Amino acid sequence: MDFLANLFGSYWPAVQLTSWTLIKIIAIVLPLMIAIAYLTLAERKVIGFMQVRIGPNRVGYFGLLQPLADGVKLLFKEIILPTASNKTLFLLGPVLAIAPAFAAWAVIPFDATLVLANIDAGLLYILAMTSVAVYGVIIAGWASNSKYAFLGSMRSVAQIVSYEIAMGFALVGVLMCANSLNLGKIVMGQAGGFWHWYFIPLFPLFIVYFISAVAETNRAPFDVAEGESEIVAGFHVEYSGMAFAIFFLAEYANIWLVCALAATMFLGGWLSPVPFLPDSILWFLAKMGALVFFFLWFRATFPRYRYDQIMRLGWKIFIPITLVWIIFVGAMMQTSLGYLFH
Amino acid sequence: MLENYFPILLFILVGLAVGLGPLVLGKIVSPHKPDSEKNSPYECGFEAFEDARMKFDVRYYLVAILFILFDLEIAFLFPWAVVLQEIGLAGFLAMMLFLLVLVVGFVYEWMKGALEWD
Repeated sequence: MDFLANLFGSYWPAVQLTSWTLIKIIAIVLPLMIAIAYLTLAERKVIGFMQVRIGPNRVGYFGLLQPLADGVKLLFKEIILPTASNKTLFLLGPVLAIAPAFAAWAVIPFDATLVLANIDAGLLYILAMTSVAVYGVIIAGWASNSKYAFLGSMRSVAQIVSYEIAMGFALVGVLMCANSLNLGKIVMGQAGGFWHWYFIPLFPLFIVYFISAVAETNRAPFDVAEGESEIVAGFHVEYSGMAFAIFFLAEYANIWLVCALAATMFLGGWLSPVPFLPDSILWFLAKMGALVFFFLWFRATFPRYRYDQIMRLGWKIFIPITLVWIIFVGAMMQTSLGYLFH
Repeated sequence: MLENYFPILLFILVGLAVGLGPLVLGKIVSPHKPDSEKNSPYECGFEAFEDARMKFDVRYYLVAILFILFDLEIAFLFPWAVVLQEIGLAGFLAMMLFLLVLVVGFVYEWMKGALEWD
């Protein structure tokens, strides 16, 4: 240590801070990566059981090594760079898709004290990061210079931005109740048992948020962007090997992220549902896991929406619902019943 | 204050590394056997018909414009929602007036058929 301190001289405190922060970041990123890898297995298992199949069970006990085998397989597949594509943008696409899905975790509070960056503009940062992910999709679709990829990315981007509005309005409702953009304070605003959680006064917004989250991540039943029977795989049709794998991981990373956000903002984050049990990170993980399960359940249950139905749901149903509920909550807060919404 | 944002900057860099790392690794260990057929745009086994930079439905453009309007609206609502308790009735009514203007535009675009996809 002394040797290092001498080596870096006056930069030593900065180096120390950077490496300590890096360790903390890795402590978030590594479990997240494992969670993403095993979500792919969980999805296949859950859907398998729902369809009375057994799902993957050959690689390792209960198929537990399957994600590893998939990863190694994709690693050794050639990354094809189509001649017609814009090479730099083509490779930038997947990076832009996955980076925000990880970076957004910087402000997620796992516990009352367990948060990497406790900033006041937390929610704003999250919104900014989830918006950046759209660029990954559109850049990938455009740079591929292929009709399927182009059409897939147009659809996908139009769908994502449409539902982002409904999502944003739903979050405005949360802010009205919490009076803070700091995610930790939003959770603390819900303290005192599950009847204080925001999903009760904001129930329509919670439903809109969760369905929008499914649409935002391009998951079934909103997966027209993938639409294998018409545009093959949508925006990532030209991608292979690791470049494809990154898009795949980004999708699952986004599922974890939106579920973590829903758990934080509507279901009280790390808070225990009843006052006699202690608050703990386990509650947060349980809520997040339960919400993720819904994503898998939806995929096994619902047939795919048509594109015009998706756009109608987003623009003509969700936006009016959220607007009305925001006005209702705002009006109620002006009356003596306002305490019900805090 | 600003040092709270340093971990975020670092996390964004780590996020980029999470994307770039596997790409670079894949490029190193995977085979590289290009071939003009393999590298041509995928069109179900046919030769690519025409340029993929083609005309597309104007409605996508319309959605993008509407998105900008509504997203700005959300940006305006955010600070309002955070301080709603302090600004009280006057603040609430002011925002309702603003929302009314937005809703008039929303109804107009709806009636004009900008939200139809059939």
